[in-house]
Amino acid sequence: MKLLRKIILYAALVIIAAVTLVPLLWMVSASFMPAGHASTFPPRFIPDVVTFEHYVSLFTRLNLARYLFNSAFLSVTVTVIALVVNSMAGYAFAKFRFRGKDGLFKLLLSSMVIPAQVTMLPLFLMLNKMGFINSYMGVIIPGMASVFGIFLIRQFMQSIPDSFIEAARIDGAGDFEIYWKLILPLCKPILITLAIITFMGTWNDFLWPLIVMTDDTMYTLPVAVANLSLEHVQDTELMMAGSVITIAPVLILFAAVQKYYISGIMAGGVKE
Amino acid sequence: MRAKGHVRIAMIFLAPALIAIGVFFVVPVIAAFILSFTDFDIYSLGNWRYVRFVGVKNYTDLFGDPLFWKAIKNTMYFLIVGGPLSISVSLGAALLLQSKGVRLKGLFRTAYFAPVVTTLVAVAVVWRFVYHPRFGLLNYALSFVGIGQIDWLGDPAWAMPAIILMAVWKNFGYNMVIFIAGLQNIPDELYEAANIDGAGKWQQFRSVTLPMLAPTTLFITIITMIGYIQLFAEPYVMTQGGPLNSTLSIVLLMYQHGFRWWNMGYSAAVAFVLFAIILAASIVQSQVSKRVKAL
Repeated sequence: MKLLRKIILYAALVIIAAVTLVPLLWMVSASFMPAGHASTFPPRFIPDVVTFEHYVSLFTRLNLARYLFNSAFLSVTVTVIALVVNSMAGYAFAKFRFRGKDGLFKLLLSSMVIPAQVTMLPLFLMLNKMGFINSYMGVIIPGMASVFGIFLIRQFMQSIPDSFIEAARIDGAGDFEIYWKLILPLCKPILITLAIITFMGTWNDFLWPLIVMTDDTMYTLPVAVANLSLEHVQDTELMMAGSVITIAPVLILFAAVQKYYISGIMAGGVKE
Repeated sequence: MRAKGHVRIAMIFLAPALIAIGVFFVVPVIAAFILSFTDFDIYSLGNWRYVRFVGVKNYTDLFGDPLFWKAIKNTMYFLIVGGPLSISVSLGAALLLQSKGVRLKGLFRTAYFAPVVTTLVAVAVVWRFVYHPRFGLLNYALSFVGIGQIDWLGDPAWAMPAIILMAVWKNFGYNMVIFIAGLQNIPDELYEAANIDGAGKWQQFRSVTLPMLAPTTLFITIITMIGYIQLFAEPYVMTQGGPLNSTLSIVLLMYQHGFRWWNMGYSAAVAFVLFAIILAASIVQSQVSKRVKAL
């Protein structure tokens, strides 16, 4: 009876794992198959012959290195800027007292029900006037500050005792020194969490880069892959190689730092 | 002890974030509202002097547009079928992982979570081939249980279910992790007490687990709803809204009007309808949560 229960339990666990992983594994496998080999019945799961031709043509013929650079550069830049901007604001909300603070914070939180899509049309027109359409600035500007980031950091900073700050002040440290040399190092775990969330969010974002990057030299990977997939409908193996290159960096990053990422989601989820 | 200078320094710390949010979020929201009452189109894009106020014309046009209602219906289909399905799968997976005596828990959790971090566009490309009527993995798997070929993305009746299935695959891991956190917060004593009272497994689930998870479930319901209502990349990559507009979503409609045909006034009206739906649903859910707490 107990054994049966265990068998059923593990069978269920393994089946779910298979369903989540098989599409990803098949993507990797198909990306190494010669053209046409993915389109057979029954489907091939392992390539008969391993070829790198699709990766080669993505980088030589289809400009993928450029998209990879665009994605990496934008994700890193947005992450760095967002960390500084959000942690500064989070610090002000957590450790300073001024009139209207709680009201302002509540106002910011309630703005989270407004979907980003609402801002996209005027933002496009504004950035167009500023000459930022089809430039890195077009993606960086809307990513600089996020209410969610401010919230996450504020919650964490509130747990830092005021006495630490007072002590540093008595030792003669200025406000910016305290923020930079005392507060930020103490906030390392939450900063790492926010960095991962921001990096992945920017890397995976699709709709806004699709709108703002109108020239194909400025595409990010998701935009480039979407475009390729609509133009090269028949080239299954090539598309899989493009998908692998898009997904691999975030998946590797996740594997390396999953503890921080998952704890961040849990922290956001169990707040009362 | 620290008064005047204190406030000024707080303002300096706040300024970058508040300016960025003010200029690039608040102003666009207001501008979008105004835009939705104009006939802003491709000519206005060249010269803003061509813009005219047209009152509520965009909204009345919208409500008279069968395509708009189609998009609403499709998005609601995705939300009402996909949302609960995704949440149930998340809860089921969380309960499985948290059951007693599971080894390699971390490994399974990582596997279940992997699709969450993947790039939506790239996995949508992969799933397009998973759904291939002749060579796809899904029809191959179904052939073992005697189900014949289904043209998942080519049949208007199956295209939305296919998109729902992929969306559940992609994001059940996210809510699963939040459910696990919720489950870990339930004190063991409650189960022990239920055990002493002679409650079976199913009764324990109904009278301990579910009520204790209520706040978590509510939170998950809200974030899932807000996410699902913004359906865009899946139909964009997999079906382009077809076949026969059966997967046209609200955001896809907004994108097409705004950025493909440059009917920006009309598109802004679509965006505000989206906002209104999210706002209304959030209010309803927060009311429900107040009731639940009061009980």
